[in-house]
Amino acid sequence: MSEQTKFDNKIVQWVDDRLPIFSMLKHSAVDYPTPKNLNYWWNFGSLAGLMLTVMVLTGIFLAMNYAANAGIAFTSVERIMRDVNYGWLLRYLHANGASFFFITVYIHIFRGLYYGSYKAPRELLWWLGLLIYLSMMATAFMGYVLPWGQMSFWGATVITNLFSAIPVVGDYIVTWLWGGFSVDNPTLNRFFALHYLLPFVIFALVGLHVMALHTVKSNNPLGIDVKGPQDTIPFHPYYTVKDLFGVGVFLIVYLGVVFYAPNFFGEPDNYIPANPMVTPPHIVPEWYFLPFYAILRSIPNKLAGVICMFSAIIILFFLPWIDSSKVRSAKFRPYFKQVFWLFLADCFLLGYVGAHPPEGNLVLMGQIGTAVYFGFFPLIWIIGKIEKPRPLPQSIAQPVLKQSEKI
Amino acid sequence: MADSSQPASDPSDGASRRDFLVYAASGLGAIGTAAAVWPFIHSMNPAADTLALASTEIDISKVEVGQAITVTWRGKPVFVRHRTPEEIKAAQDVNVSELRDPQTDAQRVQKPEWLIMVGVCTHLGCIPLGQKSGDPKGEFGGWFCPCHGSQYDTSGRIRKGPAPLNLLVPQYTFLTDTSVRIG
Repeated sequence: MSEQTKFDNKIVQWVDDRLPIFSMLKHSAVDYPTPKNLNYWWNFGSLAGLMLTVMVLTGIFLAMNYAANAGIAFTSVERIMRDVNYGWLLRYLHANGASFFFITVYIHIFRGLYYGSYKAPRELLWWLGLLIYLSMMATAFMGYVLPWGQMSFWGATVITNLFSAIPVVGDYIVTWLWGGFSVDNPTLNRFFALHYLLPFVIFALVGLHVMALHTVKSNNPLGIDVKGPQDTIPFHPYYTVKDLFGVGVFLIVYLGVVFYAPNFFGEPDNYIPANPMVTPPHIVPEWYFLPFYAILRSIPNKLAGVICMFSAIIILFFLPWIDSSKVRSAKFRPYFKQVFWLFLADCFLLGYVGAHPPEGNLVLMGQIGTAVYFGFFPLIWIIGKIEKPRPLPQSIAQPVLKQSEKI
Repeated sequence: MADSSQPASDPSDGASRRDFLVYAASGLGAIGTAAAVWPFIHSMNPAADTLALASTEIDISKVEVGQAITVTWRGKPVFVRHRTPEEIKAAQDVNVSELRDPQTDAQRVQKPEWLIMVGVCTHLGCIPLGQKSGDPKGEFGGWFCPCHGSQYDTSGRIRKGPAPLNLLVPQYTFLTDTSVRIG
């Protein structure tokens, strides 16, 4: 402890002398020196934290009424919707919450990409973020299985079968994952157990993510280092109030969907109870998996498709070293900026392809989209070598002071 | 080195004895941990009651030529198709060397008119269409998987699309001419 904080309140001081929770809180949520130039894209980290809390809270109360048994899981969810007091609200908050959790996290990730937040010294911060993202995907996938509708069942079948592509041991792994010879009651039971467990793993990872963040401090839109106290403002009240304003706007959109279009993100087929004898004519995963699903389908070989799909995420771990440019923010990187928007557009294209049956032009579009996705990484390595970045400002405060001089 | 007057016991000897103890103790610890982890992992494998449901008997006397039925075995659909002479001929006339998973039709059936196999696509586990008369059967007159477009011929062999293998033929025995036990 570099400095021992003193509190006016005697009880607070008494506790803090024995367990320094108040100094820790003051250190990381009140005094925490934050770059003064953060824009609204920096709101999405705390919004993701809010969504994690909403998901855990609604999830615990849903679990009190849900039955993880293949015979009654579907009806227990319908009972939550019809008979449990406010059950419909809890379930719609939870189901749409997953979508909005992913929306906030995707914006958070692409903000990090645009402003180079993955670069030194924030590599581990980036890694922890990716681990959170991977855990979220596992949690969301298993959660989607729980209502035991047709999409639940067949989504689970397709995704667990991905592991059968592993040579030699693939079939044993799949049987082990299922606890039987097909997706069935044992599968549902373990998915429920893990779906309840993983959010706490995510909480732990978020703790480490925030610890790493507070060690290396926040990046900022200029991507240059903080030079001194003139470049920062304390987190409270400046960013607490800005984050709260963001929460207000975000809740209008989120609750708007919950109340007025609660099935917007859902698949009608999931209101049909699971039937192991009939595959729905068109299986689609939830929207947040679509780009990866499109990559999987555009490779005409099973093992290669599965490898490509997993590589699409694994490669992000290497990004801090693939990007050879020392300049962080895309503001000062004319070529990188264009490639960034191309990459973002490509993710939307892959999402569109993943949502539709693989027929006609869509097959070719998916293959081009996959090539562009993986082409992005060597491309930014080359760009880092040949690009001439625009001149960086000397400090965060300098451009602001210059503008105020003009006035 | 400066202290060459150390007593007879060689310091390197003592170090290697300590190394041995450390390695042996950590090795034993690792084996013990693995042994303790195994029950947890194995508890996720199919339980005894799941394994007990391993065989199914079916009556095929009502299945006319050209018809197919789907029965359940180990929670999975099993396709039983009473093939027409044309379908049998089409299946036998294929040049086996051109197939992705080379198998002759004779290797896949016990009686040519009865094709019995697990109706689970070898790609990602969907159930191919082609059992009902109105279903799409693909370019080869067999089965068509709606998930990712795999196409199987009248012997259930993979001909087109992402699936790597032919539809699996389970173990089965004809108990009589009209009754089959699968498993």
